[in-house]
Amino acid sequence: MKPRLAPRQNLPAHLLAGLLLALVIAPLLAIGWRGTGISLGAADWAAVRFSATQAVLSAVFSTLLAVPVARALARRQFPGRGALITLMGAPFLLPAVVAVLGLLAVFGRGGMLNQALTALDLPPVSIYGLHGVVLAHVFLNLPLATRMILQGWLSIPAERIRLAQSLGFPPRETFRHLEAPMLREVLPGVALVILVICLTSFAVVLTLGGGPSATTIELAIYQAVRFEFDLARAAGLAGVQLVLGGLAALAAWGLTRPAGFGAGLDRPLRLDAPPGWRRALDVLALILTGLFLALPLLAVLMRGLPGLADLPASVLPAAARSVGVALVSAVLATAAALALALSAARRPGLWVETAATLPLATSGLVLGTGLFLLIRPFAPPMTLALPVTVLVNLALSLPYLYRILLPEARALHQDYGRLADSLDLRGWPRLRWLVLPRLARPLGFGAGIAAALSMGDLGVIALFAGERQATLPLVVSQLTGAYRMEAAAAAALILVALSFALFWAFDAGGRRAAA
Amino acid sequence: MHGLLHPRPFRRTMEKMMKRHLLAAGLLTIATQALAETPVLTVLTYDSFTSEWGPGPAIEKAFEETCACDLRFVPAGDGAALLARVQLEGAASEADVVLGLDTSLTAAAAATGLFAPHGHTPQLDLPVEVADPLFLPYDWGWFAFVHDRTRLPEPPRTFEALAASDLKIVIQDPRSSTPGLGLLLWVKAAYGDRAAEIWQGLADNVVTVTPGWSEAYGLFLEGEADMVLSYTTSPAYHLIAEKDDSKAAALFDEGHYLQIEVAGKLAATDQPELADRFLAFMLTEAFQSAIPQTNWMYPAVTPAAGLPEGFDAFRPAKSLLMTPEEAQAARDPALAEWRTALAK
Repeated sequence: MKPRLAPRQNLPAHLLAGLLLALVIAPLLAIGWRGTGISLGAADWAAVRFSATQAVLSAVFSTLLAVPVARALARRQFPGRGALITLMGAPFLLPAVVAVLGLLAVFGRGGMLNQALTALDLPPVSIYGLHGVVLAHVFLNLPLATRMILQGWLSIPAERIRLAQSLGFPPRETFRHLEAPMLREVLPGVALVILVICLTSFAVVLTLGGGPSATTIELAIYQAVRFEFDLARAAGLAGVQLVLGGLAALAAWGLTRPAGFGAGLDRPLRLDAPPGWRRALDVLALILTGLFLALPLLAVLMRGLPGLADLPASVLPAAARSVGVALVSAVLATAAALALALSAARRPGLWVETAATLPLATSGLVLGTGLFLLIRPFAPPMTLALPVTVLVNLALSLPYLYRILLPEARALHQDYGRLADSLDLRGWPRLRWLVLPRLARPLGFGAGIAAALSMGDLGVIALFAGERQATLPLVVSQLTGAYRMEAAAAAALILVALSFALFWAFDAGGRRAAA
Repeated sequence: MHGLLHPRPFRRTMEKMMKRHLLAAGLLTIATQALAETPVLTVLTYDSFTSEWGPGPAIEKAFEETCACDLRFVPAGDGAALLARVQLEGAASEADVVLGLDTSLTAAAAATGLFAPHGHTPQLDLPVEVADPLFLPYDWGWFAFVHDRTRLPEPPRTFEALAASDLKIVIQDPRSSTPGLGLLLWVKAAYGDRAAEIWQGLADNVVTVTPGWSEAYGLFLEGEADMVLSYTTSPAYHLIAEKDDSKAAALFDEGHYLQIEVAGKLAATDQPELADRFLAFMLTEAFQSAIPQTNWMYPAVTPAAGLPEGFDAFRPAKSLLMTPEEAQAARDPALAEWRTALAK
């Protein structure tokens, strides 16, 4: 694709991709190796089908609904726009159980919606079932999708917008020539990460699924490991999950087309904001999304506030530990994702693409158990709890970062790659003068996502938890296990607030550096 | 974007961030270095046991006063995760004692061959006789459906009445949680061949099935269901800790299935004497008196001061319990019945 390639520069990225794949595959082998044979029954295949169905639906709805919201945010100017964009980071980083309880305050049997329906003499609606699972996944992922798509809108060069304006393009033509190509580049990747993350979703699906017909692969893995200790079956199920994730990556790869807008001079220019019914539609999209996101978040806040006063002292060191882990994970994941995205922008390859997607499709339980088995012969796993947490967080947040960075890295390469090559701008100077400044916005956003995600991971490292290494999610789990739901809600609120603060700090930092 | 011309602020931010990470990493390393000279007894248990609101801290203090050792509780997730952890670690386990299995898991635990006999024949205050050479009970409770009596003054008195009602219940998944498995065995023990029929009747009462106890109990407290599968002692928590007497446990005529929580010594322990002393200590006043108001279960040996208020409020007339072998044999068929009945 490019005339001047520096193949050696791609070597670290390929090594990194290899390491990521090893991190995904080795635990699977470590587990599968201990069994005698893999046989999946009818119930397992039903779980596979249900997992795939809900993941596809969740991805389609999250992505499609995010398009009008992102467009409204891209072309409208209104007070509170920045706050709304920042708020978009919040649902995504809620721990699953907290998000479910927030949603139930709105959509549950006694929630606001049903209270309003009862007041109007209408029959109540139930959130439990496939639709509830999809609703929760849309709540968690629509904001992320919106942010990623908004990024695409903001990256349309001003020169193209001006050209469209001077040619007198009506909105439909603007969509066809500017917005549609951008969406064609961005949407497949967005849908892919959402699909794959929903594929492995566990607590949300089980709690809102309403019964055993909503059984996912991850639950079947739980059963295999915990009650049957059938590790081969667990590995087999995790393998199926990986294959599904790989197929999704393949499909997204085939659907993505570079937009090819060419470079601009970075003069900020907003798209035309058409009046009339289009304006009404934008307003409606923003208000509905705002309510849909804010009400459950408000419920989380209200649930957490009363317990804040008598929170146990152990919350503080646990919070500090979680923040430390999150910061280290975020920096490492950002660096790794940047290396992969830059390499993929230079020379697109299915190898890097797959390696940057599959970690999301790994079963948390299998990853944790496999690493535990791999590490045990060499060191007591407890002593490695924090490094392993960082490693797992890195692997699990990297796919998001990669998706966020890739479109911009591609544009950067097309617009400035040749100039930088001809100036022999390489290595650190290139990073410092070209890449970091121009990618500051997605880097900040991605690092924020990675930091916030890393605050929450509990499942994977449960096996490594030692006596004095409680992280904040473990404290929340201990509190709920001891009936202290109020204190747990308060601790969860602190977890969410800290995650959000981390996300905000990175995101705002990136946006400021880019401005 | 003017970043190309003014990259300095960005770099400064990055440098500041990196310094902070180094500091954080350093602090973490120090925190993990907690080595001691005294002999260490490692007890593998479930998360809520080790928390500062669980029995862990009081028991650790009391035992360390007598043993000249360092007692360490290692949290391994919830009850169901414990056995998997023991099997994963095998004979190379760091743990000396495993505390928190229940009798629906002990048959599988015994079959691993990883546990050693405890050698005790204690006098226990349990509703049934339990004598297992490998596992020693330390607390127990009756499963029950808990409800709010201000909203549901007349709860059903049988599973059949519950199934016939339009009450909404939330239960735990027997594939990921021990209370969920307990309910499965409860229905089986009470109804035998009719269990599938009972589950079909209950299908429209089940709002949802949660992965663990805490999610289900949380949903119930949020008002998502009229009743939740928990323990007869759950109302005592609200009574004592929150001065709230509105929660009650519905007593069923079929009898109530027991959960008996046990501990066992690992055969490969490098501290066999200490492990024996801990198991003996487990049935003494210092351990047992900590149980009711931290683990919210009945102690295996009633303390001299008796039970706290609320623990006598809901006492079923009849107790149900399968032997560990029966429970293990019943699990898979009961699970299939459950799945078929509830997968509408």
